[in-house]
Amino acid sequence: MIIAEQKPLKEIREMIAPYKKVLVVGCGTCVTVCLSGGEKEVGVLASTLRLADAVDGNEREFVEQTITRQCEDEFIEQLRGNVEKVDAVLSLGCGVGVQDIAAIFPEIPVLPGLNTTSFGRPSEQGVWVEECAGCGDCILDETGGICPIARCAKNLLNGPCGGSHGGKCEISDDTPCAWALVYERLGRLGKLKTLEEIKPAKNWSTAGHGGPRKMVREDLRK
Amino acid sequence: MKSGSNLERVLQSGNFAVTGELGPPKSADPEVIRKKAGILKGHVDAANITDNQTAVVRLSSIAAGAIVMPLAVEPIIQMTCRDRNRIAIQSDLLGAAALGMKNLLCLTGDHQKFGNHPQSKGVFDLDSINLLKMVRDMRDEKKFQCGDEITGKEPRLFVGAAENPFADPFEFRALRLGKKIAAGADFIQTQLVYNVPKFAKWMEMVRELGLHEKCKILAGVGPIKSLGAARYMATKVPGLDVPDEIVARLKGAENVKAEGIKLCIDIIQQVREIKGVAGVHIMAIEWEEAVPEIAEGAGLLPRPQIAASEANMVAAE
Repeated sequence: MIIAEQKPLKEIREMIAPYKKVLVVGCGTCVTVCLSGGEKEVGVLASTLRLADAVDGNEREFVEQTITRQCEDEFIEQLRGNVEKVDAVLSLGCGVGVQDIAAIFPEIPVLPGLNTTSFGRPSEQGVWVEECAGCGDCILDETGGICPIARCAKNLLNGPCGGSHGGKCEISDDTPCAWALVYERLGRLGKLKTLEEIKPAKNWSTAGHGGPRKMVREDLRK
Repeated sequence: MKSGSNLERVLQSGNFAVTGELGPPKSADPEVIRKKAGILKGHVDAANITDNQTAVVRLSSIAAGAIVMPLAVEPIIQMTCRDRNRIAIQSDLLGAAALGMKNLLCLTGDHQKFGNHPQSKGVFDLDSINLLKMVRDMRDEKKFQCGDEITGKEPRLFVGAAENPFADPFEFRALRLGKKIAAGADFIQTQLVYNVPKFAKWMEMVRELGLHEKCKILAGVGPIKSLGAARYMATKVPGLDVPDEIVARLKGAENVKAEGIKLCIDIIQQVREIKGVAGVHIMAIEWEEAVPEIAEGAGLLPRPQIAASEANMVAAE
């Protein structure tokens, strides 16, 4: 899923300061699962902002609405009634959601309530880790199902580097060394020999370095 | 001869090689470099010029190399993958070769998190192994990384790499060295050796793979300046293995600096006895003054003067 985390309250309050009526929009997909921007988080954030405004003596109204997905036009259309009544939208969707709402309602400011961080999964209660970098050229078949592009701090294709110690990355003891994991996994699979091959320099053009990416399915186009 | 550098000649002639390290300043002052070069001159066969070591901005390695060359110190240009993509690296290598530089050390580079610009973007377009391959192919195949031919003069560099025998997984380290050699490494400088038995064990694995015959291996050594430094290296630096007895030896010393130099000399003598070790790389960053004393104490002086013809002859035998 897409992982996103809520921006600091101070930053959100500064963003909404010029507006008198704000629609807080949740998204029912990824950010609901990572507990950052679902219906529940919309409720908690709106209440917190109302309380903060009450303490400061600000007059501001908040409207709450959560849609199934902020990345598909037909769901965003469901916001129209509320959008017409407010002077700003605060989206608790990922960066795609913010942009899609802004595209559909170009006359109203759409503000990001989250910082979108990565593609990942919950590794334990309250912890989400990045596991895919969306590089557009998957090599997980060669690396035992562990991605060195997303999970090695140096994106090495021929690791582990000299900083690998006790299964940890040199940048932090909280970070597992992806190449130590690859080594361990390939050992289990009886494929360690494949690590002796030199993996050639990566083609980064599919990783966003070739410009914004677009998927086209001619068979589905009208 | 790959490049005909002094370092290559010394190694090819079968002499025990000595390299040093020169860290450029965090300023535009060439005098700092000249002073350090003056200390290293005559005591090493070539000196690594670091490339923004520990991700801290410093005067460029190639520029510093150009400053030391007229002072009779042969530079080993260090090049990391952290700050440059393949276009910038190849461009810089053409420039370095045009300026007369003949040695290059290929590194992935310390992560930018450790430096003074932790918010910078790490490039890591290539890793050290693909960097080695690119430099070797530029020299031997006269090709750029993309496959285009180098139509004029190709950069002829004696290519080195680093390897850390003490990093994990230990049993993969010699195999990874093999990858670096297959990718083009002519010589290797290892991480600092303080745990000699573990280093010897690694060298045994290296010899089993026959790697010492395909590549010249220089053991990394360095004096420890203080007890605090020893403790810090023992506990805080990933990839360094400083055994307790080393810390204890320095703790028991009256003059820690003198003992640190003596310890370094002892380690040089121990690694010199290990089959397949072709030289030492003395790392005394910001303590260059220690290098002459270490080289003298370890019986490594005077440094040999090898003519290219002589080295060729020995290599042919």
